[in-house]
Amino acid sequence: MSNEAELAIKARDLTKRFGSLTAVDHLDLDVPRSIIYGFLGPNGSGKTTAIRMLCGLLTPSEGGATVLGLDVPKHAQSLKPQIGYMTQKFSLYGDLTVQENLAFIADIYSYARSERNKRIDELIENYDLVQQRKQFAGTMSGGQKQRLALACAVLNKPKLLLLDEPTSAVDPKSRRDFWSKLFALADGGTTILASTHYMDEAERCHRLAILDRGRKVADGSPASLQAATGMSVIEVLAKDTQAAQIELVKLPEVASITQLGMRLRVLVPEKISDPLALVNRVFADANVEASSEIVSASLEDVFVAATLDSSDVEKAA
Amino acid sequence: MTTAPRLLAVMRKELLQLKRDRLTFAMIVGIPVMQMLLFGYAINTDVRNLASAVADQSNSHLSRQFIADLGQTQVLDLRYVVDTPREIEALLEAGQISIGIHIPPDFDRRVIDDRRTAAHLLVDAVDPTVLGVANQLRNMPLKFDSTVLPAERAGTFEVRPYFNPERRSVVFVIPGLMGIILTLTMMLFTAVAVVREREHGNLELLINTPVSTTQLMIGKVVPYIMIGIVQLALIIAVGRFLFDVPIRGSILDLYLAASAFIAANLALGLFVSTLVKTQFQAIQITIFFLLPSILLSGFIFPFDGMPRVVQYIGEVLPTTHFIRLTRGIMLREAPLGDMFQDLLALGVFALVAMSAAMLRFSKRLD
Repeated sequence: MSNEAELAIKARDLTKRFGSLTAVDHLDLDVPRSIIYGFLGPNGSGKTTAIRMLCGLLTPSEGGATVLGLDVPKHAQSLKPQIGYMTQKFSLYGDLTVQENLAFIADIYSYARSERNKRIDELIENYDLVQQRKQFAGTMSGGQKQRLALACAVLNKPKLLLLDEPTSAVDPKSRRDFWSKLFALADGGTTILASTHYMDEAERCHRLAILDRGRKVADGSPASLQAATGMSVIEVLAKDTQAAQIELVKLPEVASITQLGMRLRVLVPEKISDPLALVNRVFADANVEASSEIVSASLEDVFVAATLDSSDVEKAA
Repeated sequence: MTTAPRLLAVMRKELLQLKRDRLTFAMIVGIPVMQMLLFGYAINTDVRNLASAVADQSNSHLSRQFIADLGQTQVLDLRYVVDTPREIEALLEAGQISIGIHIPPDFDRRVIDDRRTAAHLLVDAVDPTVLGVANQLRNMPLKFDSTVLPAERAGTFEVRPYFNPERRSVVFVIPGLMGIILTLTMMLFTAVAVVREREHGNLELLINTPVSTTQLMIGKVVPYIMIGIVQLALIIAVGRFLFDVPIRGSILDLYLAASAFIAANLALGLFVSTLVKTQFQAIQITIFFLLPSILLSGFIFPFDGMPRVVQYIGEVLPTTHFIRLTRGIMLREAPLGDMFQDLLALGVFALVAMSAAMLRFSKRLD
């Protein structure tokens, strides 16, 4: 088998414009099979638009993609039985019960009746919906709705699962449970593409792409991304955080400052040779009491570094 | 091969949701029944019991007899007896009465004199219907036993009321009301049903399943066709048993015409659903369309009496054609073949609206 065939998604120059706005800008993607691939990006970075193009819901303005070996949107109709899609907003019927929702989706996928009921029982069991079987979907909690949505998305045993911010309306416990379900699916051979703006979720992905204003600014495994930020990360603990921040802003070399409680995380391009000395000198000059140390980059640092305005970085360098 | 089960799945789901939606379910029965009761009992052009006052300044045997005769017609309800015309004017101004009768002191002599009118009617002519009643009263015969009655004139025309000899307005109203009720419910239900799916995000999910646009549209529309047929039966039954409205023509013809009309309205509802984003907007557009359907279709005002330009607008409305068909079939016993132009108009309308809806719907996916 060639390398090409092993890719679940291959996109080249995928672009979508809405009027003067370019929502997705020449996106290249290579998603191998049977992994969880993350789309990390702030709101409006083009995650939803990209996913919609990949499942044939939107026609690209430029470029194209091959999904499970099929060109989209040309062959979107033959692709549909093979993909599962979970929308950002709960999109099942609130006035139907859990059982009825699943039965409707099963009928849409033309399941034979005997097989259908077996599959529905299996999903209700698997996704902890036994108690809710006869409950109207609209009256369930966020976590229960999300489990139902996932159950419907995987009902037809899709090869590719597209999840658009699947955990945005869910508590942390449900999120953890949800991810363990996703890992089980990936182990079973399903490829999963999930968009998120949560760092901890992005960290769980096998690979991820960081999107910013429609452009892919970084991709790779979380570890490789953390190793290659191009930034030195300095953590500053200051008595007067405000004062320390004022001094740091004055430094043209500092690319970004983020406050985390009492601490400041400062990003300085790697080109600057001793960044610690630079920072300490500023504090000493300004009589700011602070201790600084070099730390390893977190995924959040990667995200901040990747989404910085290129002009900021140039100025800093 | 997979079309039928998918279509059935969509229809089953739609009916299930409809069953749960008590308000809509109640409206299916409630709108026709309430409208029929309203139009059948309340809205009536057969004017009766107009509040009136009388000032009898003659107070003769003849005038008292005359007033008693007026009361017998049941057109007037003689509520006030006053002394002067001025008092009648005051009552008119106060809105207490619609018609005042002034009988002058020389009433008896005026009755004999052909050149003079015998009495005065003071009319609140704001409502032209009331003025029409006054004009009818003008020709009321006056019996004056002690004089020789002038030979009664035969009149220029003898009126022969065809199709509605008792001149009951309900016979005229109910066939038209069928069109109004079906326009309102069919258009509203379909438009809302589709927009609701979009508003709730269901559509985005469905588009990603193998179900096709056509399956989805037809599956959503078919349950409402059934509802339309049920409503029609309900209107016919209420009309027949409560108001004794005849169905002189073929009931099959009536259902045939109604099917074309329902199709036209459903297609229009689907088209509306592609224009709007929210259920509220769908309701607004429906009302926007309903008003001309009520006013310009010949439902209330005679179609031929409207200005030419307005008639053109009326011709575009499916309700106009349907009302012609129902009145023709139910009252004039006209065979459908004689009115195929109206049937054709409905068919063309349905086809155009459906094509427009399909065209716009497939675009909306992008």
